[in-house]
Amino acid sequence: MNWVAWKMLNGDTAKYLGAVFGVAFGVLLITQQASIFVGLMSRTANPLRDVREASVWVTDRHQQNADEIEPIADGAVHRIRGVEGMDWAVRLYKGVARARRPDGIFRQVILLGVDDHSFVGAPRTILMGDLADLRRPSAVFIDKAGHESLWPGEPLQLGREIEMNERRAVIVGICETSAPFQSFPVVVATYSQATQFIARERKQLSFVVGAPVAGVTPAEACRRIKAATGFEALTYDQFVWQTINYYIANTGIPVNFGITIVLGFIVGAAIAGQTFYLFTLENLRHFGALKAMGVNNRRLIGMVLLQAAIIGAVGYSLGVGMAVAFFEISGRALPDLRGINIPWQVAIGTAGVVVAIITFASLMSLRRVLLLEPAVVFRG
Amino acid sequence: MPAAVHSLVPDSPAPLPAVGVACRGIAKEFGSGETRTRVLHGIDVDIGCGALTLLVGPSGCGKTTLISIIAGLLDPTAGDVTLFGTPQSQLRGNRRVDFRARNVGFVFQQYNLLPSLTAAENVAVPLLVARQPRKRAIEQAAGVLDAVGLGSRLKAFPNQLSGGQQQRVAIARALVHEPRLLVCDEPTAALDSHSGQTVMELLKSVAVHPDRTVIVVTHDSRVLQFGDRLLEMADGRIVLDTIPQSIPDHTPSPRPKS
Repeated sequence: MNWVAWKMLNGDTAKYLGAVFGVAFGVLLITQQASIFVGLMSRTANPLRDVREASVWVTDRHQQNADEIEPIADGAVHRIRGVEGMDWAVRLYKGVARARRPDGIFRQVILLGVDDHSFVGAPRTILMGDLADLRRPSAVFIDKAGHESLWPGEPLQLGREIEMNERRAVIVGICETSAPFQSFPVVVATYSQATQFIARERKQLSFVVGAPVAGVTPAEACRRIKAATGFEALTYDQFVWQTINYYIANTGIPVNFGITIVLGFIVGAAIAGQTFYLFTLENLRHFGALKAMGVNNRRLIGMVLLQAAIIGAVGYSLGVGMAVAFFEISGRALPDLRGINIPWQVAIGTAGVVVAIITFASLMSLRRVLLLEPAVVFRG
Repeated sequence: MPAAVHSLVPDSPAPLPAVGVACRGIAKEFGSGETRTRVLHGIDVDIGCGALTLLVGPSGCGKTTLISIIAGLLDPTAGDVTLFGTPQSQLRGNRRVDFRARNVGFVFQQYNLLPSLTAAENVAVPLLVARQPRKRAIEQAAGVLDAVGLGSRLKAFPNQLSGGQQQRVAIARALVHEPRLLVCDEPTAALDSHSGQTVMELLKSVAVHPDRTVIVVTHDSRVLQFGDRLLEMADGRIVLDTIPQSIPDHTPSPRPKS
């Protein structure tokens, strides 16, 4: 009878497509919005992700996230290196500067200052130039999206100059970085150079990053650093989640995306549910005839659930397919959306939502089918 | 034959056919309290095999309710129906459904063919209900369609067939699993005269099977000539039990029980 159920569904093309597109539209909305939300939240921790060598992050003890930074004294790095169990520790600067082109056009940029010697925190994907050139006077790297933002429509080019804090900087390399939460260009310099590009403060060190020796876990190293120095010390994972949780708790982003996701569910459930229910209503006399012919309720439930499952599976595939296409196209065309894709957790979560939608749709329909008296077939 | 029913059937020297359907004291009520309506009033009737029995009467007289009970689609409020020796009151739930699937075939006024299935696929449905493999079921269905004169329209969809052809497909569907009871509800109501004649000739040929009972509910006086027996109902009772040919140009109407 599964084959009959499939043919019944397939035979009513308008309702079949209507229900499928209801699910697909809901899936598209939910997948797209949830993925952008996850992508945005994930971006808040991207500055940390780009420093993959470091498993220990040391900051001011009141630090709440990776963006709002209370600098610590430069000498802190030496204290951290002296903590038992630390293998290495280096300085890392992160701040916001104003980059001005020679013609006066300017943009806020995220300025990263990496360790002068080890280059810990330096970009890994170099599109143009040589990382060693960072050691040249006034040398900076800029990320590709930042170059396109500062010089829109112009080809990538080394040797361009910008001015930060009234100091000249020369672009000696173009790199890829993980997209930052604020869609600012990312400019990378050595630590000593970076501190020249910002207004002078007594304390300038953003983070000390490092790793423990073999046999000491990052968590244990952090505990020792806190005890020895009084600084906040977090493992990489702790700092990532502290930052993400800060944005979730302190911004309206989750509520805004949440509303759209809920709307996607409601719209998907309403369209798919109503269309599938109408499909069942219009086929009631056929279900009645099948009942009269000896199809029991269990097999009828199976038929209705199969029809709902087909709608759900096809709608889900279409919706996720459209979302993938959206991110593929927009990721290339819109630099602000680069790096945002569909996490597997979102894909599975959306599948769960589809199951809820088709369950809702089939429950409404099943009620009518199960309560149907087979004798209805004789009522014309 | 129950004595309660006035009979115009003359004595016959031929042996009585086997009883396919035996109704005893069938009563049916709908609703409750002040809205309770009694639709059938203790019907006793035996319907034999190898004959085509017509069930006639005005709208609302209880014909549909009676055949629904006979076919096992409705439970009577009182009384019992015995189909081919099996009292229906002894069958419950899925056992009743399985019995119906094996032993009863239906022909509906509006054909009730699945529009997305071809003629052969529609006819195969009762076999699929009986869990036969699809390929074999469709092959068997094609043979039955051929027997009803639609061998050339196996792959036609219902909307590509005339009303008469659709009804013949419906009859093929009702017969494909070789049921012992065939219940037909107004099979000619939606058909023109010629198509109605064709359908009734087909049902008549089906009814000669010695182990099969065919009941046709009809309002159509043009088809009375095809009946071997006519049961006329009025107000929830059988008021006439006769041979249609014995009363030429009979137009069913309520008659008082003598």
